[in-house]
Parts: sequence; C-alpha cells; structure tokens
Amino acid sequence: MPTLIDNTKPKSEANSEHGRAAVSAAARAKGKGAPTGDGLYKPREPIYPKLVHGTWRRVKWALLIATLSIYYVTPWIRWRRPEGFPQQAALVDFADGRFYFFDIQLWPQDVHIITGLMIAGALALFLVTALFGRLWCGYTCPQTVWTDLFIVVERLFEGDRNARMRLDAAPLSFDKLWRKAGKHLTWLGIAFGTGGAWIFYFHDAPTLIRTFWIGQAPATAYVSCALLTVTTYVFAGWMREQVCTYMCPWPRIQGAMLDQHSLQVTYLRDRGEPRGAHKKGQDWAGRGDCIDCHQCVVVCPMGIDIRDGSQLECINCGLCVDACDEIMSKMARPTGLIAYDTDAAVAARACGDKAVYKPVRSRTIYYTLALTAVGGLTLAALISRPKADLHVIRDRNPIFVRMHDGAVRDGYTLKITNRTFFDRRFEIAFDGVTGARLSQPGEAGAVSVTVPADQVASVRVFVTAPPDAGLAPSTPARFIARAGDVQADAKTVFLSGAANPQ
Amino acid sequence: MASERKTDDVTGVETTGHEWDGIRELDNPLPRWWLWTWYACIAFAVGYWVLMPAWPGVHGYTKGLLHQSDRAAVGHELKALDVQRGAGAAQLRTASLEQIEKDPKLQAYAQQVGQSVFGDNCATCHGIGGTGGKGYPNLRDDVWLWGGKLEDIQYTITHGVRTGAPGARMSQMPAFGRDELLKPEQIDDLTEYVVHLSNRPADAGAIARAKPIFDTQCVACHGLEGKGDQALGAPNLTDSEWLYGSDRAAIRGQIFAGNGGVMPTWGGRLSPETIKAISVYVHANAGGQ
Repeated sequence: MPTLIDNTKPKSEANSEHGRAAVSAAARAKGKGAPTGDGLYKPREPIYPKLVHGTWRRVKWALLIATLSIYYVTPWIRWRRPEGFPQQAALVDFADGRFYFFDIQLWPQDVHIITGLMIAGALALFLVTALFGRLWCGYTCPQTVWTDLFIVVERLFEGDRNARMRLDAAPLSFDKLWRKAGKHLTWLGIAFGTGGAWIFYFHDAPTLIRTFWIGQAPATAYVSCALLTVTTYVFAGWMREQVCTYMCPWPRIQGAMLDQHSLQVTYLRDRGEPRGAHKKGQDWAGRGDCIDCHQCVVVCPMGIDIRDGSQLECINCGLCVDACDEIMSKMARPTGLIAYDTDAAVAARACGDKAVYKPVRSRTIYYTLALTAVGGLTLAALISRPKADLHVIRDRNPIFVRMHDGAVRDGYTLKITNRTFFDRRFEIAFDGVTGARLSQPGEAGAVSVTVPADQVASVRVFVTAPPDAGLAPSTPARFIARAGDVQADAKTVFLSGAANPQ
Repeated sequence: MASERKTDDVTGVETTGHEWDGIRELDNPLPRWWLWTWYACIAFAVGYWVLMPAWPGVHGYTKGLLHQSDRAAVGHELKALDVQRGAGAAQLRTASLEQIEKDPKLQAYAQQVGQSVFGDNCATCHGIGGTGGKGYPNLRDDVWLWGGKLEDIQYTITHGVRTGAPGARMSQMPAFGRDELLKPEQIDDLTEYVVHLSNRPADAGAIARAKPIFDTQCVACHGLEGKGDQALGAPNLTDSEWLYGSDRAAIRGQIFAGNGGVMPTWGGRLSPETIKAISVYVHANAGGQ
C-alpha cells in the first residue's frame, strides 16, 4: 500500500539548518538563545483565505447555519415534565445528578449508555472517514465552524484576501485601527455568545439568563462562560489552523482509517500535469489542465497546496475544489481537476486503467459491523432500562443472628431507585426461604416503603427464618420490590451458619 | 586550574577562569525568571514572618498579624459542625424514643448517629456488629438481661451495670463454689440441672438431687422454671443463649464463681440525645421488645 500521508518531512526542515547556523555568537552571548523561531518551532505564516463560491462553499454555509442553530437554540426548547421537574428539553443537571434530553432521562449510573453513544459516535466517525475522508474536519468540527464564522467577520471589517494583506502591511492609521478593533470586538462578542450559550445546557435557561446579569448565577456559570469565551476567541480568532495541525489528535490518527479507496479532496495529477501558465488560444495538447493559477492555494484555510498530495493539514473542506472549478469553467475546461476522488483512482488512471470506486471494503465492513453492534446494544440498553432498580446490601457484621428459639435472622439494606416521575409505594417480598418473615427495625409485619419520585430510598429489612427451616449455611434468595406495574428484583443469599453453630 | 577571567571565543561569554582538563566554565548569568522567582520567594517569606506565627521565643512564639492558630481553627470548625447538626440534635432531644423510631427520617438520622457512636464507644466490648462475645452480651439477638424495650436499653446505657454509680444496674450471682456456699458435688448436680433446663440430655439422678438445691438457692432470681427475671438481670436459663458459654464446664464455672460484667455509666459522658440515638440503633438492629 502506498504511503498516503507524508508526515515525515516538516516544511521548515529545509530552512532549519541554515537558520541554526545563522544565529550569531553575539546573539547567544546575550543569553537569549535563538532570536527568531528557527529553533524548535516555526513562526506562523499568516493565512488570508480568499472568499470562494461554489457547491461545497454552499454546503459549508448550510452546515454552518445548521450546526450553530442547533447549538444556540437547543437549550431554549421547553419540554413538558411533571411539576417539580425541569421543563427544559436538553439539560445536564449536575446538582441533582440527572441528564434530560427530551423524553430521555438518565441517571449517573446510566453512564454506560452515554459511553455507548460516544463509542458509536467514534465508530461512525471512523466509518465516514474511511469512506469519505475527513468530512467531519471540513464541515462540522466546531473549530472549523467557528473559524469560518470568524473569517466572515474578518472579511466584513477588513475585506477579502488582498485587502486584508494590504491592511496588515499598512502602517497604523485610524482606518486600520477601527477595522481591527471592530473585528476583535465582534469576535469577542461571538465568543461570549458561545460561552454564554454553553452554560444554558447546565441550568434552566430563562432563569440563568436573568440571574447571570445580576450576579446571582452560580460561580461555575461565570467560570465556564469566561473559559469558553477565551478559548473561542483564541482558537477561532488567533490560532485557527494551528489548532487542527498541532493541537488536535484527530489528524494524527486518521491515517489509520484512510486507505487508497477513501474519497478525499484530491488533485488529479494524471489530468493536471504537466502544469503551467496558459495563454488564450494556446493549444491544450501535450500539457496538463492545471494552469498554476494558485487559486486552490489562496482559498485554503489551512494554507496548503493540495497539489502536493494528501497531507496532514488538509481538512477536506473542498474550498479548493470550488476555486478550481471556477477557473476551469472560465478556461472552458471540464471541472473537477481538484475533486473528491481516491488515490487508487488517480493511480489507476495514471496507468491507463479504469478507475473503480470501492466503498465496500474490509475496513468499512468492520466499522459498519462494530457500529451496528455498539449502536444496537446502546439502543437496547436505553429502551430496556427498568423504571425501578433494587440493590441489596447484605449485613456483613454480623452475617446472621440466632434468636433465643433457634430462629435465624439476616439483616439487609435495600436501596430502591424510583426512576418514574411519581411517588411510589413498593411492597417488599422475599423469595427463597420457606416460612421466612420480613420485618423492619422497630416494627414487625409486611414491609413496604414509599420512594419519592425520581429518588432512591433506603430501607432496612430483617428476614427471620423459623427455627425448623433446616436451611443450608447459604441459601440463594431473591428480594422483589413491587409498586403496581413497576417491579424490580435482586438476587442475594440467606446465611444461617447451620454448619457452623455459634 | 587557572584563575584568569577571559572571554570564550566560541560563545563570546566571559569565563569564570575555572578550567578542568581543557573544559572552561562559562559565567552565564542566572536565568531572569529564576532570579525573579527567588526574589518573590524572599518577599513572600518576609511577609509570612510578619503575618503568620513564625519565630520561636523564650516565652512562646511570635503571633503574627493574622493571629493564625490551627487549634482555634479546629474549634471554629467543631462549632460550625455543632450548628450544622443542631437541627437533628434538637429533634432527638425533644422527641420521645417511640417518636424517633416511628418517624422514618428521624430514625434514619438516629441510626446514623447511633452507629457511629456505637463504633467509638460500645464496639470495644460488644463488637462492631454488636454480637458481643463471651461475657459481653450479644445486642443483635432477642435475648435481654435487663429488658429490650427502648426505655430499658436507654436506662442501661445511661446508668451502666455494676459501676457503683447511683441507679446502676446490679445483679448478684453468688459465687457458690468459691465462697463455699455449696459443696463441689452439689455444684456438679446443679450443672446437670441447668443443662437439662435448656432441653438438653442430662443425668437424671443428678437432676433429681439438684432440684431441691435449685429451688432454694436459684429460684429467687432465675424463677421456678429458670426463665430468669429482667428486673433483676437474671438470665433465662432455658433458651439457647449463654453469656459465659453453654457447655458443662462453662456453666459449672459460672455457678462456682458467679461472674458479672461491668458496663460503664454513659450518662454524663455522652449527651442525652446521643444516648437516645444509640438506644434506637441498638433496639432497631436487635430483636427489640
């Protein structure tokens, strides 16, 4: 299999030897080490992505609006639940340890469902990556979406690529000042809105939006809001592609999901090479379709040249596809010189073979199977979640008590979880020891306990086996808690120490 | 080793003049951040001496402007804890024992308090689980020397047993053998008789011989049928629970020496509400009467 992603050669390598030698002895003598970033890292080269129009840009606009809408609107959806319960559709209630999502309510012990959901999400990401490359990175990753939004703001204040480059090069003036200030203030505003929206997922939104401004919201709300404001501003405004290239682990592991049959933004070198400038009326024979206009480079938000092949930095966003298609149309050449294609197809065409797209491959089959299994199990776990849980903690000290008449009594603590939104009275039964009698501390007779809605109640239960029960030292038994149609049971043992009299 | 300071050709840094085997030591300055951290530490230390207790003296130590004291801090925390527990403690103080046991919330609270205090004070003799041991009553079963009602338990805990304090529980099993009140063979016969009381096979001749002795010596406390008397702390001899052991040697030893355990008087050492909590805990977790 050919190496698809060549990470071995950092771009700065060519310069670095020279750079290190250039550090003068005098500079070192001052104790400052390497003066410019020629040592361990390379300073960021500013990227000025140019606005591009086309199919993939339109898809990106649509997804930008869709994902941001979901993020900002979701906490404001109201949902009917019984009195005393949150009326917010999506709410992470840390204080009470509950998670609400429309009709689903999860307890902390349902963490396996959330875990399953996360594993399924990861597997879905693997599958999509194996099939279509890094679509997540290019279209729906929050870093991409917010960076895109920040570039829109930047363009609004400073103009498109060329105007921005001019402005950055220009000396400080009032014009430059207000444009820069306006941009940063708007960025901060958006960043604050992002952090502000986040905290609504953890608190009743209409209440929080009021208490937030009068200083009565929980400290965590202010801290979270500040944290997300800062990270959004810094990540989407200042760091941008550096987050993807240097901070995000995903580009480092995606190589394991991709193969030569994965659809990726690809420069069709079989059609493009040899490249070169093209004069009007010049014959296209004997040369490639690429006119070396660099439009694919100037629109790239990652600052790369896709014609160098697939690379670590590429987020597969397809903006270079749109840019190239526009040029190709102008040149009256077929579009798709840069397109979503596979390395295998490019290689096949280069050899004169017919390119075949193979979506069904062993890895896509494995990912699909794993996704189906994990997704199915998670869904089954969610659907089959009981409305009540019963947990039995058997007394360990003493493990049993012999009464004056030879009867044997075991003590248990039952924890009953009532997952419904209503108070329920659970009747407790004990199954496994003939003639056993249930009692509660301080009172004899049938044992029942009222568990408040959405709460756990604990109850001490004594089980007394009659003196003539003839029990084994350890008898398997079962507790049953029943409240109307809601029932829960739990296995335990009844210990009598028959073989080991006191 | 030379001591002449000169400039290093390669780096342009002045050397310290020290040289070992051709290796020269450069006189690089300390990193700025390191120096500033050091100055900050010095400033902090000076501030610390002024604000916090720091210097030992002949008559104690410098108190510092903040008058920080760990002992006082613990005192404050304990007071805060008292306030925090105040509501529950007040409820325990005012509620009757029956009320505590009938109210699920108050009972749960009393059980928690009771369990923790029991572990600290009672478990030494009665065991963590309250099952006692030889000479120390089992508090988990339904056999009671001094009565198993809530009030009985509370009284026993408050006043103790054989402590000499006024109101302490007191029972006097005579040492029939040691004090030579009975002859050894009479004690042997009585042992058989006591064994037979708890429905175990025993020597019929000895039982017949011991009957009159039992009737004259033992009935006063243990009753005609040997069922004991909780008012006097006399154990029931017909059940299967034996404080000092159930075999013949143990029973004989008890008749011979008449052992009796001592339980501390807890009234005055523990607050009334704490004693209530332990009472409820013991009563609820045993075959309370």
